[in-house]
Amino acid sequence: MSGHATYQPQSPFMKWMERRLPIASLVYSSFIAYPTPRNLNYWWTFGGILSFMLGVQIITGIVLAMHYTPHVDYAFNSVEGIMRDVNYGWLLRYVHANGAAFFFLAVYVHIARGMYYGSYKEPREVLWILGVILFLLMVATGFMGYVLPWGQMSFWAATVITNLFSAIPGVGGSIVTWLWGGYAVGNPTLNRFYSLHYLLPFVIAGVVVLHVWALHMVGQNNPTGVEPKTEKDTVAFTPYATVKDAFFLGVFCIVFAWFVFYIPNYLGHSDNYIPANPSQTPTHIVPEWYYLPFYAILRGIPSKLLGVTALAGSIIVLAFLPWLDTSPVRSASYRPLYRQFLFIFFACVVGLGYLGSQEPTGGYVVAARILTAYYFAYFFIILPLLGLFEKTKPLPNSISESVLPPSGAKS
Amino acid sequence: MKALRQIAIASVLAAALSGLATVAASAQEADAPPRQHWSFSGPFGTFDQAQLQRGFKIYREVCSNCHSMKFLAFRNLADPGGPGFTEAQAAAIAASFQVTDGPNDQGEMFQRPGKIADYFPPPFANDQAARAALGGKLPPDMSDLAKARSTEWGFPQFVFDAFTMYQEDGPDYIHAIVNGYSDPPAGFPLPPGGQYDKYFPGGAIGMPKPLSDGQVEYTDGTPTTVDQYGKDVAAFLMWAAEPKLNARKQLGFQVMVFLIVLTGLLYFTKKKVWHAVLHDPDLYQH
Repeated sequence: MSGHATYQPQSPFMKWMERRLPIASLVYSSFIAYPTPRNLNYWWTFGGILSFMLGVQIITGIVLAMHYTPHVDYAFNSVEGIMRDVNYGWLLRYVHANGAAFFFLAVYVHIARGMYYGSYKEPREVLWILGVILFLLMVATGFMGYVLPWGQMSFWAATVITNLFSAIPGVGGSIVTWLWGGYAVGNPTLNRFYSLHYLLPFVIAGVVVLHVWALHMVGQNNPTGVEPKTEKDTVAFTPYATVKDAFFLGVFCIVFAWFVFYIPNYLGHSDNYIPANPSQTPTHIVPEWYYLPFYAILRGIPSKLLGVTALAGSIIVLAFLPWLDTSPVRSASYRPLYRQFLFIFFACVVGLGYLGSQEPTGGYVVAARILTAYYFAYFFIILPLLGLFEKTKPLPNSISESVLPPSGAKS
Repeated sequence: MKALRQIAIASVLAAALSGLATVAASAQEADAPPRQHWSFSGPFGTFDQAQLQRGFKIYREVCSNCHSMKFLAFRNLADPGGPGFTEAQAAAIAASFQVTDGPNDQGEMFQRPGKIADYFPPPFANDQAARAALGGKLPPDMSDLAKARSTEWGFPQFVFDAFTMYQEDGPDYIHAIVNGYSDPPAGFPLPPGGQYDKYFPGGAIGMPKPLSDGQVEYTDGTPTTVDQYGKDVAAFLMWAAEPKLNARKQLGFQVMVFLIVLTGLLYFTKKKVWHAVLHDPDLYQH
């Protein structure tokens, strides 16, 4: 493991460069020599996958923007033009639309991994909060992107979601008018959503830089939750993490390609192939699958203001996770009780997702309320108390000890 | 603590399940369209040119009297992966349609025979004209119809459909609608001018039964039944909605082969690189 050395420029040009802009040594120390815990499993490859997906979305998005017209009379037609007349336009659009879904799939795995292994705990609170900010930015970007094709579901999703702000007492109505740029969802709304949908991915890229910076300050967590102590606990980022990330990115891309090439409309809603019609409400307005759990929370609560508060709260609460979880032990592997409650929490989110896709009637609403109650109880009651009462398993002394046979087993 | 945990788990699950159990089946659900066999389904599916030509014949002779198809141009009929008309044939088809052009030097709109670059002209000047002629009903544009209709298959079917690559809700629905006309069940409140179709949401459809056996003549010996008409016109509309389907599946196969080989190579590279870390005797000494 000789990868911990610093960068030594060899060529005269790199020596010259190093004294002026030490970008080579920055890259070397961040992505080559950077020590990563040797016991990272495949759940840790999703950070790299997310960076890849951000790149895919930005590149396909920029090309799509060259062919798209942000106007209520032409938006739908221009998307059809992309699908029918632009060379490989169908590929760009299907990659971009399914790419959003796979971006969210990856971020949910990434968040779940952080929750399972306690990656938000001291000293990684800022890293975690930056992650929550990234997720919020993704939610906003994804929502505005969905509006752009200006199909029925685009229009009515925009109407439903912007209307949520009217629940804010006093200024709600004015905020909604301001968001719309008028008195209904219309051309000004589409224009500003397009502008922001183009802007926010670059904001995301900026926050990703901060996220990676914070990560490299504190180092990666690992499945034991025990910090690396000796050089033996770590391996160099390149080639070890690089090749592992690359392999799993390949696996991820195979699944992604399956959707793009064989079932490109599976994750979308057929109503979005009908042009937006403000005078005809679809029988059943549903958001994209990645928002369904939050949509179920919103609809389960009868008071609009409370529903919107719960919707916002269900994401914001994640930012407080480092302080709501009172246990000093990070990894769920050593917290048997926490592990069970966490799995129920994951099941609860999946259940909310299913309920969000169904009509909000009768038993579905009751079920959504129960699961919403568990969602918040998990953060505000279970987690704080669990840390105080739970009996945790003994932690290994080091990462090496956890992955290698006990000393003496083999010489 | 353990008992407390179990009670908590049990009560959350029980409550959620009991909530679901009381869900009432929503009224007025249309029947799910029977799934048909399509030449374009699956990873290697492609459009059947003869079927698309038959479907186009039905569109031209029957559907196009009321339904527009505004995103398609006559040139598309000669595009690769489509019905396979030659450019001359597509131009001849275009010339058989009258399109509105203008304004001319006198400032007036005029009618002329279609050219290959023209889009399919709509049967009505605007939505209002269509409604006025059709008793208040507006026939949907057919360009995207085969992608704009779907069926809620529910859990767990929708999970299986991701693995079996089922993407033919739309054509199945169109075939079902054409074949679903019948007398309404006793006591069904059919609105004036409505027809009963068990596959149409709500049951009452505004469109009169569009096709009957023998109505459109086939020259290739294909049976002239409503069932066959339904399949042919649905396949044609699937092509109209997804004209690049053949190219998509072909490129998809190439991408898949590339990704699987690349990922396989990366797997063995990873194994080799990590072998030293996992088996280095140095790491065992203490």
